[in-house]
Amino acid sequence: MAEKKKKLLQGNEACAEGALYAGCRFYAGYPITPSTEIAEHLSVRLPKVGGKFIQMEDEIASIAAITGASLTGLKSMTATSGPGFSLKQEGIGFACMAEVPCVIVNVMRGGPSTGFPTGPSQSDVMQAKWGTHGDHPVVAVAPAYVQEILSETVRAFNLAEKYRTPVMVLYDEIVGHMREPIVLPEKGELEVIDRIKPTCNSEEYFPYDDKYEIAPLAAYGEGYRFHVTGLNHKKDGFPTNDAKLIQEGNERILRKIENHKNDIWKNEELELNDAKIVVFAYGSTARSARYAVKEAGNSGKKVGLLRPLTLWPFPEKAVEELAKRVKVIIVPEMNMGQMIVEVERYARGKCEMKNPDSQAAGILLGKEFYYLPPHQNLWCGGLHSSPVKEVLRRPRSKERGLRRAFRSRWEVYNVNSSCSKKR
Amino acid sequence: MSTAVAVKKDKAPFDYNKYLRPNKLPHIWCPGCGHGIVLKAMLRAIDASGLSKDQICMVSGIGCSSRTPGYVDFNTLHTLHGRAMAYATGVKLAKPSLKVIVITGDGDALAIGGNHFIHTCRRNIDMTVLVYSNAIYGMTGGQYSPTTPQGANATTSRYGNIEPVFDCCELAKASGATFVARGTAYHCQELEKIIFEAVQHKGTSVVEILDQCPTYYGRQNKYKSVTEMMEKIEKDGTVSVKQADKLPPEKLQGKLLRGVLHKIERPEYCEQYKKFIIGKAQGK
Ligand code: SF4
Repeated sequence: MAEKKKKLLQGNEACAEGALYAGCRFYAGYPITPSTEIAEHLSVRLPKVGGKFIQMEDEIASIAAITGASLTGLKSMTATSGPGFSLKQEGIGFACMAEVPCVIVNVMRGGPSTGFPTGPSQSDVMQAKWGTHGDHPVVAVAPAYVQEILSETVRAFNLAEKYRTPVMVLYDEIVGHMREPIVLPEKGELEVIDRIKPTCNSEEYFPYDDKYEIAPLAAYGEGYRFHVTGLNHKKDGFPTNDAKLIQEGNERILRKIENHKNDIWKNEELELNDAKIVVFAYGSTARSARYAVKEAGNSGKKVGLLRPLTLWPFPEKAVEELAKRVKVIIVPEMNMGQMIVEVERYARGKCEMKNPDSQAAGILLGKEFYYLPPHQNLWCGGLHSSPVKEVLRRPRSKERGLRRAFRSRWEVYNVNSSCSKKR
Repeated sequence: MSTAVAVKKDKAPFDYNKYLRPNKLPHIWCPGCGHGIVLKAMLRAIDASGLSKDQICMVSGIGCSSRTPGYVDFNTLHTLHGRAMAYATGVKLAKPSLKVIVITGDGDALAIGGNHFIHTCRRNIDMTVLVYSNAIYGMTGGQYSPTTPQGANATTSRYGNIEPVFDCCELAKASGATFVARGTAYHCQELEKIIFEAVQHKGTSVVEILDQCPTYYGRQNKYKSVTEMMEKIEKDGTVSVKQADKLPPEKLQGKLLRGVLHKIERPEYCEQYKKFIIGKAQGK
């Protein structure tokens, strides 16, 4: 076989390439740092394959447009960051309720509010779960590497199409803007799933037919003339006030994800076999965690890594099983402690739980963590003498190099502050 | 199957059921509400246009008028408050072969959806936007809207509304809509013709339709009957563009113009997209 084509791509570009690979043919978005490159890239690439790109008037319009487009049968995507993600929430709920497949990328930046637009964060993981009102199914994937952004974007489309639900791709500014060499997959190399369309005649078609777990979805303009609403509805798509039917409908949209968690979950496990200390980390944080775990391993410590690529539904089974046999689970996150709550919930007090100092503030106050004494070290200072220390002592960079410096400091910070306080 | 033309010749009653979903009726609208009249005018206009039911996608937001899509046998999409035009933009750009008709209200289109309204007009994307304008939020029980006249009462303007109104048609025109018209439920035959013309138009066509909400606007503003509302607001409150030319300015004071107010040709968004964006990207 011919040598695979390697390309140096930025995370956001890889996301766009993943979308195209998955068959995305409609993108609507609104400019927002640090996700804009996805839109820029797709504005060039989509029309080449006959797809549609539109820059809408705002974030709300973007989620609305992709939902409308998806109902005509096109695979659709939007991308945004924290503030835009907040604005899209009502529309995400609509897509959950109306069971319209679509993909929403959130390249996370610091918050709350305008926060830190050019800086990374992982503080929208709970917003992804609870951002829109009402009980609703949530599927979210969290890639950590540029290559993985591509493949996880493909997987996000697959899950959206398969389960007729919006799927979120959550990663942060670090990996969004990072460039890494990646291999572009050949056609057929990655699985691509398309939604099931009805084959029955139009009189027999119900867009929410409960005889299926996930009903086939017709496209507008193909003779089925069905109704879609954000109101609670019956199997024919028309609104209902019947409490029993409302209950059944709500249960059904939750159940379709709940029943297939095994298919949706995806974890990377590293050195977990005889580990007594386990790091639970996702996204960019997991990159540092992986480094730290390897370092610890080199110095003879039994430390493992559980890296969920599916954040929602939460990898409860993996955590439950781990908690039974390890001493400590550490949950470093680039936020003030969000996923750790969920980890704790499923560890059910069976092991100790630690989280490093908050990193949301740490990123902002570069000076502080620049000089951060690496004393808060979980596995007994084993990392003090790592090459990381050199980076830590690097002279403070000038304005222009600041961002890069932030990043390297951040990596250092992650490794060195991997654990401290007991919660 | 008889054609629309044949039906008209025979003077047989128009068969609304052809376009309705009879098992979804009765509708939720109050007795005397103008929305039913507008619905009938719209269905007659659609029939005259010869569009097939499969070809039409009707998109609405939230409110009393936005319940319309539930009753009609098209591809229908009842979306979020204010967002109908944004959803409709997605539908239209994704599948330009569909004829997209947006049903919205004054609050839905001009308040919460104001941004989508102006940008839809600016793009001149091919869709017909019917703004059912009754100067009130009916669904939530009678609050003042961007078209509630100054001084009028609503449940949130008990001392009289102090906010100036939006002129929906001027707003549409200034934003770039290429077909702008105003009709009323009172002038239902004229309305049918206006909607027919709007549907034929290529580009964004906006029709503001003055209709009445007797339940909230009527009661709070001391109208004794639906007919009084229709006469005072829709009949006496408007002048057709044709008559307006002949009338002295003082007779036009405080009246809204009825009919096609603005009609120009300008490249349509989806066609531009195909020609310039897909065309250039694919080197055609
Ligand atoms: S509340 Fe007003 S607008 Fe709504 S249906 Fe009743 S009369 Fe019509």
